[in-house]
Amino acid sequence: MSSERYELNKNLAQMLKGGVIMDVTTPEQARIAEAAGACAVMALERIPADIRAAGGVSRMSDPKMIKGIQEAVSIPVMAKCRIGHFAEAQILEAIEIDYIDESEVLSPADDVYHIDKSAFKVPFVCGAKDLGEALRRISEGASMIRTKGEPGTGDIVQAVRHMRKMNSEIAHIKSLRGDELYNIAKELQVSIELVKYVHENGKLPVVNFAAGGVATPADAALMMQLGAEGVFVGSGIFKSGNPEKRANAIVKAVTNYNDPKLIASLSEDLGEAMVGINEDEIELLMAERGK
Amino acid sequence: MTIGIVAVQGAFIEHEKMLDNLGISYIELRQKNDLFHPIDGLILPGGESTVQGKLLAELDMFSLLKEKIDTGLPVLATCAGMILLAESLSNDTHKYFQTMPITVKRNAYGRQLGSFHTKSDFQGLGSIPMTFIRAPYIESASPSVDIVASVEGKAVAARYKKQIALSFHPELDGDTRIYELFLGLIQTQSVTN
Repeated sequence: MSSERYELNKNLAQMLKGGVIMDVTTPEQARIAEAAGACAVMALERIPADIRAAGGVSRMSDPKMIKGIQEAVSIPVMAKCRIGHFAEAQILEAIEIDYIDESEVLSPADDVYHIDKSAFKVPFVCGAKDLGEALRRISEGASMIRTKGEPGTGDIVQAVRHMRKMNSEIAHIKSLRGDELYNIAKELQVSIELVKYVHENGKLPVVNFAAGGVATPADAALMMQLGAEGVFVGSGIFKSGNPEKRANAIVKAVTNYNDPKLIASLSEDLGEAMVGINEDEIELLMAERGK
Repeated sequence: MTIGIVAVQGAFIEHEKMLDNLGISYIELRQKNDLFHPIDGLILPGGESTVQGKLLAELDMFSLLKEKIDTGLPVLATCAGMILLAESLSNDTHKYFQTMPITVKRNAYGRQLGSFHTKSDFQGLGSIPMTFIRAPYIESASPSVDIVASVEGKAVAARYKKQIALSFHPELDGDTRIYELFLGLIQTQSVTN
């Protein structure tokens, strides 16, 4: 990937800021998401809650299904490939996907290496639990980062933990003397240039969204107030009682995340939220996939 | 001078940074109450036009903003913002402010793989860096509209009354000349008023 292409890919993520990216499994759901104000959709065969329930190996979706969604909507379409599965990523690039999510939601294809994302023209978003993970993915070529909140649980605790961890690590690096940065680079296993960027700018060099466990407008507002630049909602919408209304409410909560009165009214009569599973009730911690 | 920046979704912070560099003050327009602050100019940022158009309508900001543009408030609109100003879209049935008599094609360069960066001439400003992200272009325009930049035969920037519409993103390239042009429009405005 040329540095110009990488800039363009970071730029697309900038355009998505302040928006909600929704998981969809059919063209019909994609149209509902677009009409509800999604700034992009994530096309996948099964939403994370169902992947978790079904168990077994979970792979990239059928390209035909993804193409159906690309034809159904005018907003950007993202799709997931397995961690390390660069052949799946090549297929997604071949069908001109707008963003690839190298995602822990699917079964990892490689337990050592992530995809060399700099070898691709299409942009990648990757999950991260902490700053080191985020910067390692960026050095591999990711042009957008998201928290690695536990998918398909409707439990926000992990996304909150990741966002707070990243914020405090960034604040720490910002406070250091210049000569202390080299050791940080060594500890995080990333280049000194990336650490210097964080030291000087107090932020990641790419856009950072919240993902995993967002189920309510209040969850979205919480993540935005903690510093997320936008929100992914996976199972939270189409696993709820009234997907359309909930999707609409979450979109507005992301725009006006500092207005509790508005969010109170958005939170009324949304119907059943997704059931959810607590952190200590789950057997498989997807966030532990790929580090 | 205060600029209002529509901040319901998209890359509005990038515009704020450009105005910071120029020492111009601004406010974010996120909900109806924000529209009662006096502003001298308006920026419509990049993002997704479907999202912005929907939020502006449902947050009850749309008609007030349209009235301000109709009555001559200077506007700088980038990418999604150009779509919001267009009288019609050639490949979409949505209609928004319709304050500029142009027909715009959405996602005219295709998906993200079609996004590109170039330099091209902008009338009166010389060569300008231009970043196109899943960008629209102007398919046709009324004779009353000035096409002020074209790339490979496609119109990518237009001026009409006090409105400037761009397919590309000056907020991403650090070049302040288009902002200075926009601020110039506001200053002429205050003199005539």
